[in-house]
Amino acid sequence: MATTTITKTEKLVGKRIRRREDPRLITGTATYVDDIKMPGMLYAAILRSPHAAAKIRSIDVSKAAALKGVTAVFTGKDTEQAGAVPCGASLPGLRVPHHHLLAIDRVYLVGHPVAVVVATDRYIARDGADLIEVDYEPETAVADPEKALEPGAHAVHPQWPDNVAFTFHQEGGDTEKAFKEADVIVKQRIVSQRLVPNPMETRGVVADWRAAERSMNLYSSTQVPHLVRSLVAQILGMDENRFRVVAPEVGGGFGAKLQIYAEEILLAYISKKLQKPVKWIESRRENFLCTIHGRGHVDYYELAAKRDGTITGIKLKIIQDLGAYFTLLTPAIPTLSVLMMPGLYRTPNISADIVGAFTNCTPTDAYRGAGRPEATHGIERMVDMVAAELKMDPAEIRLKNFVRNEEFPFPTATGLVYDSGDYSAPLKKAMEMASYDALRKEQVEARKQGKFMGIGLCAYGEICAFGPSPATPAGGWESATVKIEPSGKVTVLTGVSPHGQGEETTFAQIAGDELGVDIDDILVSHGDTSLVQYGIGTFGSRSTAVGGTALYFALQDLKAKIKKFGAMLLESEDVTFSDGKCVCNKTGKSCSVKEVAAAAYRAMKLPPNTEPGLVATHFWEPPNFTFPFGAHLVVTEVDRDTGGVSIRRYVAVDDCGNILNPLIVDGQVHGGVAQGIGQALWEQAVYDDSGQLVTGEFMDYTMPRAHMMPWIESGHTITPTPVNPLGVKGVGEAGTIGASPAVVNSVVDALSPLGVRHLDMPLTPEKLWKLIASKDQAGSNA
Amino acid sequence: MIPQRFEYSAPKTLDEALGLLAEGAKPLAGGMSLIPMMKLRLAAPEHLVDLGRIKDLSYIREQGGSIHIGATATHHDVESSALLRGKCPLLAETASHIGDVQVRNMGTIGGSVAHADPSADYPAALQALEAKLVLKGVKSERTVSAEEFFVDTFTTALEPGEIVREVIVPVDGDGTGTSYQKVLQPASGFAIVGIAARVRKSGEKITLVRIGVTGLANRAFRATAAEKSLEGKTGSAAEVQAAAAVVAQGVEANSDLHASADYRKHLAVVYAVKALNAALSRIA
Repeated sequence: MATTTITKTEKLVGKRIRRREDPRLITGTATYVDDIKMPGMLYAAILRSPHAAAKIRSIDVSKAAALKGVTAVFTGKDTEQAGAVPCGASLPGLRVPHHHLLAIDRVYLVGHPVAVVVATDRYIARDGADLIEVDYEPETAVADPEKALEPGAHAVHPQWPDNVAFTFHQEGGDTEKAFKEADVIVKQRIVSQRLVPNPMETRGVVADWRAAERSMNLYSSTQVPHLVRSLVAQILGMDENRFRVVAPEVGGGFGAKLQIYAEEILLAYISKKLQKPVKWIESRRENFLCTIHGRGHVDYYELAAKRDGTITGIKLKIIQDLGAYFTLLTPAIPTLSVLMMPGLYRTPNISADIVGAFTNCTPTDAYRGAGRPEATHGIERMVDMVAAELKMDPAEIRLKNFVRNEEFPFPTATGLVYDSGDYSAPLKKAMEMASYDALRKEQVEARKQGKFMGIGLCAYGEICAFGPSPATPAGGWESATVKIEPSGKVTVLTGVSPHGQGEETTFAQIAGDELGVDIDDILVSHGDTSLVQYGIGTFGSRSTAVGGTALYFALQDLKAKIKKFGAMLLESEDVTFSDGKCVCNKTGKSCSVKEVAAAAYRAMKLPPNTEPGLVATHFWEPPNFTFPFGAHLVVTEVDRDTGGVSIRRYVAVDDCGNILNPLIVDGQVHGGVAQGIGQALWEQAVYDDSGQLVTGEFMDYTMPRAHMMPWIESGHTITPTPVNPLGVKGVGEAGTIGASPAVVNSVVDALSPLGVRHLDMPLTPEKLWKLIASKDQAGSNA
Repeated sequence: MIPQRFEYSAPKTLDEALGLLAEGAKPLAGGMSLIPMMKLRLAAPEHLVDLGRIKDLSYIREQGGSIHIGATATHHDVESSALLRGKCPLLAETASHIGDVQVRNMGTIGGSVAHADPSADYPAALQALEAKLVLKGVKSERTVSAEEFFVDTFTTALEPGEIVREVIVPVDGDGTGTSYQKVLQPASGFAIVGIAARVRKSGEKITLVRIGVTGLANRAFRATAAEKSLEGKTGSAAEVQAAAAVVAQGVEANSDLHASADYRKHLAVVYAVKALNAALSRIA
């Protein structure tokens, strides 16, 4: 027998293996949408509205059309019949505005697409767009969701003068009774400000209609290539089997590319119309204005508690700033906040209302965390306020109210079933890592010296691994195909669409361990609908928990087949497959995966009832979500002279179930924490009263940068989920969810000697300085 | 970047460049502010003259007791110049606060001062140093003070067709200490407020104080009331505080999303204290 057997004894899962996708990314050799060039390719530029609300009296494209190099100009009238931007969310009584690809007779937000110019190069296309003359009749806009709900406010959509897109109510238990019997009730208005997701790569589309093949090839920077294919093909009335979507290298998404955008539909339509490949690359300015925003909540909270700190009821009213239109999931996002409103606490009584408000702003939708950061921020701020009211330590009140270990699976008041947990473990570990008691003593001394030192805690829970199909708009399963090629090399085709999450590495680890082959012999492919069976995509911390599980089951099927061929080759019924070898338990003879592969494709002889080849495909439907959790502890100091916040320590203890690759998990936590601190301290999408985005460039929108980040001390506890055989829960959004309340709680704690009990984000130095100055003033006058 | 169409020239000599500028072309000297404006199509020059290829326009040399800095010396050149670090450390320190590494590698001193952004860093130092700027046109050459040069927001003493050819800063002898202290606008990296302090002592007595302020008003300026308040004193904490307290007096302060006028004025005082104390502590 040949002896090319790959011997493997060490497991790959659990190792800090460097990301196999990184070399091409960090050497600049990866292929993004803008790297795609085709013979005869045309370029599109989009003219966008400078007004937040205006009637369009007329559009004159004659100068643009006459410009040398301009191939075609399209306005709303030309594309009206082509279709509309879809919304996949449904709620009872939801008012869905028709989302035209291009404005017809009105514009509803700054950046609203009005016309497309197609030309032989991108400079001419843009020059052409500048030559279009649009006669606007500007109207008063409304850019604030609470103002939009006031009587007499400008109606974003004239047919709905109250600007209400929907109302939603949910309750569990007996909230009224809980509040009647409460010893303390704490109320607070809490804002989760609008944010701009800002992936490093802006959006981009290349559409290539191939007339001879009657096929559309659409390259898009998307998180959900299969959904783009199904929906765009359907909208344009094209054949889905002749419609290929490729997500090439995607430079980050954070939910902003979990969408079907007007440009994807427009470019496919235009390419077919002109019979040419057409490219559109979004500018950064367009990305600020026209790609979805996140958050945009005004929350009114009330918490009821007993004197001993038991939280007995939560009331929440969410005013959701929806923007002018819906994108794929816009109205569904705040319902996720409602689902997670109890956080990690046992509270049986909840009552929640959502009012979805139209504004003349960019639509809000899923942005890293999508609904859960808002919910966690709210409950974690409120719990601190109840603790302050009762003069309890913030750790003590959390430990008292956590769901207990013996209560899992735990049904929440919002209708979820928390899978598994040991909620006090990460909090205790974070406190131990930070020497919590010593910090509190240090704080007493610091306060004596007039210093504002704060210690903030956050215990977060999240809902991940979206999700059981009935709970999602487009199916919540995931798929995987594993092929062992005749040479013994392994190809994994996954339905998820990673764009920075590292599944090319973690999935190779899973396959490497199961098949006992070298990691370098495994290729993980994704993001091409003509290659991959079908899939849902990458979002909601689902890729590993759902897509990894589909892969795991496909591998089990394939292993069973390998064993059959092994038994045939070894001429034995008693065969074990492990470490890449089939071994006859009687004789000790073995054969490798490579030998099995050769035999399976050569097919000189087949095992009984077995087909040639070594391919297995598995579609996996998860029985539940997963619920990761953790605790973050932040030590801050506020400068009395300037109001500046410095983060002295950042301790993050996350429990995402089993860890496949600690290096990647750390990276996810670090990136998430950076975005959470960004929201807490700096980031904000600010619109003025006329609906202009004031922070519409990196000159004014403060993105967190490396030098602004604290050192993150990370730790883990591990509570596997019973929902999937890998025991993994997901970690993509955890850091973002834990960070903002931990930082804000810390700064509120720092300023609590001044009587401060709540602060809204971002905690800009001027905001804090004004507060300190006013309290110092009041103090000296007293 | 998808700007409007423009002509681009990269002459090798200054005379050639000045000739093109006299015909209405616009100079490109690093482009750290101009290029973003062109990207947004807020600026659309028809003809750009890149000064970057002109020989002998990028230099830092000592000459007649002063240091002369050519227009196309980058911020990195200024920041890392051993000559400046030794003999005019205020300018090197100020350059190190500009933007980020990429900006400092591309941006030039001539381009920056000619742009006259009211939140730029250099103008504070140039005011405190009582720097001179040599302005060159096709047929003219004249020297103006920093005080005369910075006129208003994005407005300087430059006439059409003129460029800043060089910046001249003094060499301070022993007994002088300097410091630049800046509050960063976190998104752009520009100064919300930047204070450049230059203090000279003879024995225990302060003989000279120069304070340049940027970010606070429509143009960088010298806080002369604060300077006078500290001259003749010893530099005690109370004296420094008293001087800093009048830094923003009577100033019509800028106000934007990142800092209101009141906050800017407050920060000017806080950072004047920091800058003066640091300058005093650095007197050799």
